[in-house]
Amino acid sequence: MTNWVVPTVQTIHILAIAVVVSSVLMIDLRLIGLFWADRPLNQVSSRFLPLVWWPLLVLLATGAIMIIAEPARSLKNPAFQLKMPLLIAALVVTGLFQLLQRRNAMFGDLRSGPRAAAFTVAIVSMLLWSAIIFAGRWIAYYA
Amino acid sequence: MDVDRALGWLQATPVATTISENENLFPWIESVHVLAIVLVVGTISIVDLRLLGVASLDRPVRRLMGDVLPLTWGAFAVAAITGSLMFSSDAVHYAHNFFFRGKLILLALAGINMAVFHLVGIGDLARWGEAAPTPVAAKTAAAVSLLTWIAVVAFGRGIGFTMH
Repeated sequence: MTNWVVPTVQTIHILAIAVVVSSVLMIDLRLIGLFWADRPLNQVSSRFLPLVWWPLLVLLATGAIMIIAEPARSLKNPAFQLKMPLLIAALVVTGLFQLLQRRNAMFGDLRSGPRAAAFTVAIVSMLLWSAIIFAGRWIAYYA
Repeated sequence: MDVDRALGWLQATPVATTISENENLFPWIESVHVLAIVLVVGTISIVDLRLLGVASLDRPVRRLMGDVLPLTWGAFAVAAITGSLMFSSDAVHYAHNFFFRGKLILLALAGINMAVFHLVGIGDLARWGEAAPTPVAAKTAAAVSLLTWIAVVAFGRGIGFTMH
């Protein structure tokens, strides 16, 4: 029975990642102007940001369970040690995005808003979250 | 068995042997596969939750599907290609793996469910897609879709735990 705990927890972890990363992607594509370009940015982010922050709690909980179940496999693992700073960076970028949006009403505007800033935030965000997924998969190869 | 012979031929091809022998290539392909699956499941959930009347209710169904599903298909193509590459590297073993077989069956079920929805269950999308409550057929298709894709992820994880 107990050896099904880790695969089950990992599956929940992956499903939560699916919600978070897809939601981040929708916002980032909107910033670039490739998705829902006809909608104001704050409509898109109010739709998807809750789907970033709430599933993160699930990720933290499942992640904590996996660390507790196999502490050496995670904490001493180079891929895990890379994943955590990447995650912090991604969360900082997401928080920064929310701040920029609040400070500048024109932030997401595709015609008159700061295009370069929006584009940069979007690209950095997508790269960081992709890197987090890659680092997560590589944990198994350094275990 | 003829199938095993064909699979044995497949895993002896240059592409397949390169992947199985190169320490880093398989993990990189696999990582792209995970990213692709994450996007497939995530984007499908957006559409399914709309059909179930849980989220994005302010967006007409047809438009939402038109916005999101191209991403889903693109991600699925990447998942299929990377999956095929990984499969080829150890074809005989994967083909005999319970979770791999189960995953293929579940993918087929997801595909059939999608086909049935688009051919039959979709009904008069122009009418109910805007404002009316979603028909039961569409909600059923959405629920089946979510459940099968969750199972696909679970079985995919199961492959990792039962191979080698």
